[in-house]
Parts: sequence; C-alpha cells; structure tokens
Amino acid sequence: MMTRLLGTADAMSPLPKVGSEIIEAIERSRLVGRGGAGFPVATKWRAVAQRSRGDAVIVVNGAEGEPQSKKDRVLMSERPHLVLDGAFIAARVLRARAVILYIGERHDAARNAMLRALSARPESERRLVTTSAAPARYVAGAEAAAVHFLNEGIATPTNVPPYPFERGVGAAPTLVQNVETLAHIASLARTGQAPQTTLVTLAGAVKRPGVLEVEAHATIGDSVLRAGGAIEAPRAILVGGYFGSWVEPEHAWNLPLDADSLRRHGLGLGCGVIGVLPASRCPVCDTAGIMRYLAGESSAQCGPCFFGLRALADACTRVAERGTNPEDIKRLQRWAGEVRGRGACRHPDGAVMFLSSSLHVFAQEFAAHRAHNMSRSA
Amino acid sequence: MSKQFELSVDRMTCDGRGLCAELLPELIRLDDWGYPILTPGPIPEHLIPLAQRAVEDCPVLAIAMRRTQHKK
Ligand SMILES: Cc1cc2nc3c(=O)[nH]c(=O)nc-3n(C[C@H](O)[C@H](O)[C@H](O)COP(=O)(O)O)c2cc1C
Ligand code: SF4
Repeated sequence: MMTRLLGTADAMSPLPKVGSEIIEAIERSRLVGRGGAGFPVATKWRAVAQRSRGDAVIVVNGAEGEPQSKKDRVLMSERPHLVLDGAFIAARVLRARAVILYIGERHDAARNAMLRALSARPESERRLVTTSAAPARYVAGAEAAAVHFLNEGIATPTNVPPYPFERGVGAAPTLVQNVETLAHIASLARTGQAPQTTLVTLAGAVKRPGVLEVEAHATIGDSVLRAGGAIEAPRAILVGGYFGSWVEPEHAWNLPLDADSLRRHGLGLGCGVIGVLPASRCPVCDTAGIMRYLAGESSAQCGPCFFGLRALADACTRVAERGTNPEDIKRLQRWAGEVRGRGACRHPDGAVMFLSSSLHVFAQEFAAHRAHNMSRSA
Repeated sequence: MSKQFELSVDRMTCDGRGLCAELLPELIRLDDWGYPILTPGPIPEHLIPLAQRAVEDCPVLAIAMRRTQHKK
C-alpha cells in the first residue's frame, strides 16, 4: 500500500499504540529530517529518549522561513491531524511533558488549520500543547534559535553544545522536528510502511509553481514536468533552496530526489525547494539578490558571518551593477572558502555553498558580466 | 592513541581583537575583517606554550584549547 501525505482525507483517529520500538522502525526506514539539515531522525530520538525523565519537550517546527518554500504550510493546512499525530507519538515515545507548535507568524492559514484540528483532539493530548509564533526571519527556524525564542523571546541561534537534545526548552531535553518529518513518522506508525514520498516546492519558471508530493525515486525532471514543465528553456536548477546548489539543467534532469542519490552528487534536497531559472534571467543579478537577502538575515552575532556575508553580497552586487572585474571574482572565491564553518550556526555555510555553486555553474556569466542598470532591462 | 590539544574559538564571543594572531601566527591568521582563521588539527608540541598564552591573553576569552584524542 502506498501511503501519501497530501491528497488524502485528514481525519483524527486514535493514535496507534506504539512504544520505543518505533525508533527501530524509523531507523530501518532511514528517515532523515525534512527541515533542511537532513539529519537521521532515529539518532535524534535516541538522544532525547536517553535523557528524558518524563520532562522532554517536543517542538513542532513549522517556522518555514525559506522564502520560496511552501510545503510545510501546505502540509499543516491540509493534514494537520497527521502532523499532530507525529507530535503526540513523539511525546509518548520520548515521555514528553509538553508539545509546542512553533509556526511562522505569517502562516495564518496553516496555524488556523492546526488549531482547529487541535481543538478536536482528546483532552489528554490537548493539555500538552502550547503554541508560539515564529518570527518571520530566516534563522528563526534553526533549531537553537527556536529554543532560544521559546526560552527567552529571542529568535537567534545560540552556541552549541549544549544541543537542544541535551538542554533545550526550560533546560529539558528537547526534540525539534520539522512538520513534514513528523507527518512521515505518523504514517510510518500507522501503516508500518517506510515513507516513499517527499514534499517539494517547485518555484521559478514552471507552468504551475507550488507544492508537489513526489516519489523518492522520481527525478528532478519528473517533478518539473508534474509542475507543468518549464515555461522556457532553463539556464539552471536550484536544488534545495537558498542553502542549496545550482545545477546545470541537463545534469539535474535525471537526478533522483532521494537523499542518497543526491549526496553522491554532492547535493542535498535541503528544504525541498526546486527552483527553475529561465535562460532569460541574469544569474549574476539573481545570485546578488539572494546573497543580499542571506547577508541581511545573519543574526549578526559572529564576525565572519556578519561581515563576510555582507562583503560577499557587496562584491556580487558590484559585479551585477558595474560589470565584471577580476579582483571581485577572486575575492568571491577566496571569501567563500574562508567563511565556511566559521559561524555558531550553519547559516554562513549554507550561504557560501549556494554562492560557490553559482560561481561554478555561472562561471561564464560571472566572468563576462556587463553593467546592468537598476531597471534590469532584459 | 595519544592525548593532543586543538584550538577552538567561540565565534559569538570573539570580536576580532586580533591578539591571538599576533601571539601565534604559526597557527592563527586573520581574515579580511580581523577575525581569526585557525589551522585545524593538533597543535604541534613546541607551540603549546604559545597557544596557552593566546588562550589566556585573549581580552574576551574567546580562544580555547581542548584535549582531543587522535589515533596515531
Ligand atoms: C538558518 C537556518 C534556518 C532554518 N530554518 C528552518 C525552518 O524554517 N524550518 C525547519 O523545519 N527547519 C529549519 N532549519 C533546520 C533546523 O535547524 C532543524 O534542523 C530542523 O528543524 C530539525 O527537524 P528535522 O530534523 O525534522 O528536519 C533551519 C536551519 C538553519 C541553520
Ligand atoms: S553564524 Fe551567523 S546566523 Fe548563525 S549565529 Fe552566527 S551570526 Fe547568527
């Protein structure tokens, strides 16, 4: 039987009676987190289970701060009970005293659907739950930032260790888990079947941008076709959103979306955004815009992230607005290498991974860019 | 297995004073904004006293030396 997340009626039914053996089932299914980092779920559950003395906290991460991503919102709107099932299964197995719904402050439809579903749940479940509005900033969805916000009202990352599983909300062992990951766990618990699909958001030059549920072995080309196909010849495909990588279309087309295949090509599905860049857009200008955004989203706590990303965005903007100069290209290469790994969180790493893929895939455009005026005429 | 030491920096505490790179240029250089770039891996035996000074003299105490296990 094929289980799906979307396009199936969302109904409440009593939670399946699962215990800690579900952790082995999760491990066998090789489920990895869908929030972006792709971390093995079973490892995280064991870490919390080991430390919980009935005091653990489950944070349901529906922050979805990635500008192009919509899949978490669509999932919360369409299958709120499935997400809640996952959260309450986690609460039972990890012996939690609290479940916190951490939903992006602008994701109104998603939050309303989750609250409506919650009101239909039994009192024994409802009394565990509180809700919290995640600030609409890119880093607010990062695990340590969520915990910092819930503890002190500041949605910026903190130093780790201690990791949330060691010392999280109210100093208790805390599981921060993406909403899609929780939904997969719920369907695994209900059906005994490993999840065979994944949610992606198709963005950019496709006929029908939006969220799709694709089979794990489907290729990027399949998912673009399911979104109605590209509306013009693509120049590149962004795999994994702003912390992801640009890939040449011919290379991307036949790549399967499952984590193992992507990893073999040095890629990751990240938060599941697949962005199609049409040949008519200027990749240098788009890269500059995204780098500017990411630089502005640094929480400004770590020098190399704050100054480094700003300098990288400035250099991209100079190439975009004034045209190529070899000094800036050399600086971009060098700084991208130097900034990596030098922040308290992975924000700078994600940003320079994205930039490095731009410099590689768009090497010709970066090497021969002519000044664009601000109106960006085609 | 032998016990060895490795340098680390607390990125949030560090505010780029640059003293560490002056004391230990063999292992620490500064990026274009004045923040330290550490050479990864175990600290060579003969530099351990200097590394200790970098740790102690950092005005904001952002540098640390940690014991690590390295397989020989
Ligand atoms: C800068 C940054 C932003 C992030 N934003 C989100 C987010 O909006 N939603 C999310 O689920 N995970 C986000 N993550 C990933 C979380 O840190 C964490 O890995 C995830 O919520 C864990 O759940 P998962 O293992 O189920 O993916 C972000 C990470 C970083 C470094
Ligand atoms: S690396 Fe950047 S985003 Fe992450 S905590 Fe440091 S300054 Fe903030």
